[in-house]
Amino acid sequence: MSDIKRITVRRQKIRKNYIKTKLIFLVVLAAVLLAVAVFAKYLCPYDPYAQDLLQAQKPPGPAHILGTDRYGRDMLSRVIMGSTTSIFATLVLVAVVTVTGTIIGIICGWSGGKVDTVLMRISDLFLAFPSLVFALAVAGVLGGGVQNAIIALAAIGWPKFARLARGLTLAQKDSPYLMAARLSGSSTPRLLVKHILPNIAGPILVTAVLDIGTMMMELAGLSFLGLGVKPPMAEWGSMISDGRVMLQTAPWMVLAPGGAIFVTVMIFNLLGDTVRDYMDPKERSGR
Amino acid sequence: MGKYIAKRLLQMIPVLIGITFLSFAMMRLAGGDAVTYMYENAGTAVPQEIIDKTKAEYGLDKPFLVQYANWLGGMLTGDMGKSYVSHKDVFEMFVSKLPSTLLLTLSSIILTVLIAVPLGILSAIKQNRWIDYLIRFMSFIGNSMPNFFAALVLMYFLSIKMRLLPVITTDNLALSLVLPALTLTISMASKYTRQIRATVLEELNSDYVAGARARGVRGSVIIWKSVMKSSMLTIITLLALSIGSLLGGTAIVENIFMWDGVGKLAVDAITMRDYPIIQAYVAWMAIIYVAVNLITDIIYHYLDPRVRLGGDGA
Repeated sequence: MSDIKRITVRRQKIRKNYIKTKLIFLVVLAAVLLAVAVFAKYLCPYDPYAQDLLQAQKPPGPAHILGTDRYGRDMLSRVIMGSTTSIFATLVLVAVVTVTGTIIGIICGWSGGKVDTVLMRISDLFLAFPSLVFALAVAGVLGGGVQNAIIALAAIGWPKFARLARGLTLAQKDSPYLMAARLSGSSTPRLLVKHILPNIAGPILVTAVLDIGTMMMELAGLSFLGLGVKPPMAEWGSMISDGRVMLQTAPWMVLAPGGAIFVTVMIFNLLGDTVRDYMDPKERSGR
Repeated sequence: MGKYIAKRLLQMIPVLIGITFLSFAMMRLAGGDAVTYMYENAGTAVPQEIIDKTKAEYGLDKPFLVQYANWLGGMLTGDMGKSYVSHKDVFEMFVSKLPSTLLLTLSSIILTVLIAVPLGILSAIKQNRWIDYLIRFMSFIGNSMPNFFAALVLMYFLSIKMRLLPVITTDNLALSLVLPALTLTISMASKYTRQIRATVLEELNSDYVAGARARGVRGSVIIWKSVMKSSMLTIITLLALSIGSLLGGTAIVENIFMWDGVGKLAVDAITMRDYPIIQAYVAWMAIIYVAVNLITDIIYHYLDPRVRLGGDGA
């Protein structure tokens, strides 16, 4: 019996170490992506906006590793430059949605009563819309632009986090440690920030990381439809849209930015899964 | 059962009012002045009287709530105003395009079920074998691919390189349907394969399966008679939830493949600021979504005796 137990314990330890290594690896990858986004200006081999019509639509080769677009702009440089817009816009979006949703959720869960009912009915209302449909309409009404695309997706994205935060807050509300903190004279803001928030941050953070990939795809989708980033600004979604008409003659114009989105989303999705596995071994995907 | 349905239908009323109000308010508040915009595009300066007259014609001079009430009343009777651009009846346009979107949506759902259910079960049964890893890997790839990129990749290989399918919608409906439906299916099937795998694994690890195994019931019988039955509920719920992302996805995919549905209509309307169409689109998509969720809940209620006993008595 003890042998079996020892083996199980050892297996769990191996698994935990494996997840930890995977997590570190993915965090490093994500950090590299962020670094590329931050230092994009210095990493571009060519000027991403410089047109050179003599070099237009050149297939990938030694001079232009990912080829050139129809204005002769270097695709690699544009993909690198596009990472700044695509990645930062996504991160801002996820941050906005997470923070707003969490604040509203905590308020609802903590105060209960009418405030809770009203805010939750409003969130129900937003949840009744298919998200991209709503975002499309909002972005369309506001007119394009990164900022408006972020607003559009944030408007429909916050209820998910509000519900999560509310549920988690409710679960914490009656716990003995909170009672103790309250009895020892902590003020409400202090209770919320010092006690509730740290205790519910984990699951919210996991959800936020898992959302990065989806948000990036939706943001790129809006740009693709011309409702996000406007050309000539380099952004992956609008670059794909730009290359779409040239699909037959210059497929690299679609494949390069598309590949960039794909790899980035994949890294963030893997990161999300791994963070979840790391935080909660019961919920692991490989079960 | 009848009581439950009635209760749910009553609960829907505030949601529907909310949905329509929000769709309407969005266009009015943030949309700026549609008429002014319309005439700006005309190129010449238009006197204020004409602008005012046009506004009166579209009912835009009345107070906000009156406009909303009129619009809602019209919506109930199938009158959603006229397009600012083509001056056609919005409701008619919408209804004429809806079948193609529904066809696309339905085909993708059927395709998703046909792909995701067998693969999810297979993956769960062969847990941690190579086939499981392969399926999980594929579903991961499908999950990380934005649908517009998947659409273009499919288009490039299947239409341009291999010339198997038409690039955009043609008269051959069946052939034209393949690419858009496949595009929508890729991400959905990837997501559901993973979730079905998780559900089936959960069931496989439960006590009743161990009990059945111990009594010598054959593996295939356990899977098809017991596990599938209990997993079915989760699968149905998941599918219903996916309708939302599917309806959004059709907007992009219809645009790429020139599929003549409401998604394309809406995106075209958005680029031209044709507010009545956008309003109709947002409101109707939400209503369809809510209705599908309601139907799912009722099916769920009907299929699962546990839910029925819990909910109906109350």
